Amino acid sequence: MKPAPFVYEAPDSLDAALTVLAAYADDAKVLAGGQSLIPVLNFRLAQPTRLIDLNRVPELDFVRLDDDGNLRLGAMTRQKTLEQDPRVGRHVPLLGEAVPWIAHPQIRNRGTVGGSLAHADPAAELPALAIALNARFLLRSTSGERWVDASEFYIGLFATALAPDELLIEIDLPPQPAGGWAFLEEARRHGDYAQVGVAALLGLDPQGQVRHARLVYLSAGDTPIDATAAAALLVGQRPSTEAFAAVAHEAAERAVQPVDDIHASAAFKRHLTRVLTERALAIALARARASANAPDRSLS
Amino acid sequence: MTMNTATATHTVNLTVNGQPVRGEAEARLLLSDFLRHELGLTGTHVGCEHGVCGACTVLLDGEPVRSCLLLAVQADGHAVTTVEGLAPAAGKGGALHPLQEAFRDAHGLQCGFCTPGFLLTLAPFLAANPNPSEDEVRHAISGNLCRCTGYQHIVDATLLAARRLREATTDAR
Repeated sequence: MKPAPFVYEAPDSLDAALTVLAAYADDAKVLAGGQSLIPVLNFRLAQPTRLIDLNRVPELDFVRLDDDGNLRLGAMTRQKTLEQDPRVGRHVPLLGEAVPWIAHPQIRNRGTVGGSLAHADPAAELPALAIALNARFLLRSTSGERWVDASEFYIGLFATALAPDELLIEIDLPPQPAGGWAFLEEARRHGDYAQVGVAALLGLDPQGQVRHARLVYLSAGDTPIDATAAAALLVGQRPSTEAFAAVAHEAAERAVQPVDDIHASAAFKRHLTRVLTERALAIALARARASANAPDRSLS
Repeated sequence: MTMNTATATHTVNLTVNGQPVRGEAEARLLLSDFLRHELGLTGTHVGCEHGVCGACTVLLDGEPVRSCLLLAVQADGHAVTTVEGLAPAAGKGGALHPLQEAFRDAHGLQCGFCTPGFLLTLAPFLAANPNPSEDEVRHAISGNLCRCTGYQHIVDATLLAARRLREATTDAR
């Protein structure tokens, strides 16, 4: 199994990449880290006539903190950079906790943030995290640019809001809301594709009741599943094992849309949804309480 | 100047195991196949061709990557290390790399198909983690599959190599 022939372009600037993409949008594929695309080419699941390699475009690989405290990531930022850059763990600890769950270090040495987000594999961690963290994506073409919320970006199985001539070039991550967080994933072996994963955020008000809750699942449907109805059950409530169990039940029975696949049956995915939700909420609660007792992070 | 067509060959200039190398490759030629067939470096093995088995692992600019998920043309201007580069003098009576010696002494291979991938995963791991626990070693090798050994002797070999490397560093002081 080897790729079918394709014309190879290696533009050395973003403008050059957008120009060639505009010319060949209908049958070109964009190569970022290649950790998802090259397997597809190797198995001839896709046979694009043109491949546009972004690895020689220097302006897409960056991690910046802007004046609002938002983390800005260039689309070609390697996943391993997120593990190593201390600003990620400091400003978006949920992301910092989740990145080591992405495949293996060998994959993360090449895989990129933008590539994973644009490929839209329902089993990928980064799309679910982007939604949970209210990320925005900057899409650019030769005709202009636009911002799209992560929550609007994923429209179907491996399908996104990207137009054929658009590149995802930057990700804007606001600071994580104050409170607790947890990322959990279940796989048969460490580094395997997730059977189910969950990104959880939980914040408490000064009386100890839930002020905000967010639960976003991966490998639980065609796209990441943002379980807003389940999470809403917690708002205004005192956190408790019973409350978490009710949320987990709602998420497992009504929020997720799992299908049978080689990693797990739909029934087992619903079971994992329930178990991981309860565990993630417990961890997020412990962190929320710990941060409530700690000095205000915004002062440091 | 050749036209850029789907079957055009591209010149690839790179460093392999410390030596400058030049080859020709169609764009679709994978780095794994370039190393094996263009350069005759058959120590890099091809297993799954979708990134999960680790048999094709090489170092790109010092970091472990899947050579089956890189195009040869992407390696232009970069440095690649294959298993042949771990102990360049070994074929002429020189020493093996400590990891290779430990794999031999602790029986960390049977058929040897997965071994080059393990060695290139473990060499940078030990350089960054000179005193790993067994759990850390198992975690580090989770991206490499072995069908023969059941992994225990691979773990033993890694811990043995780590100990020998630490002792060598201590002895050298």
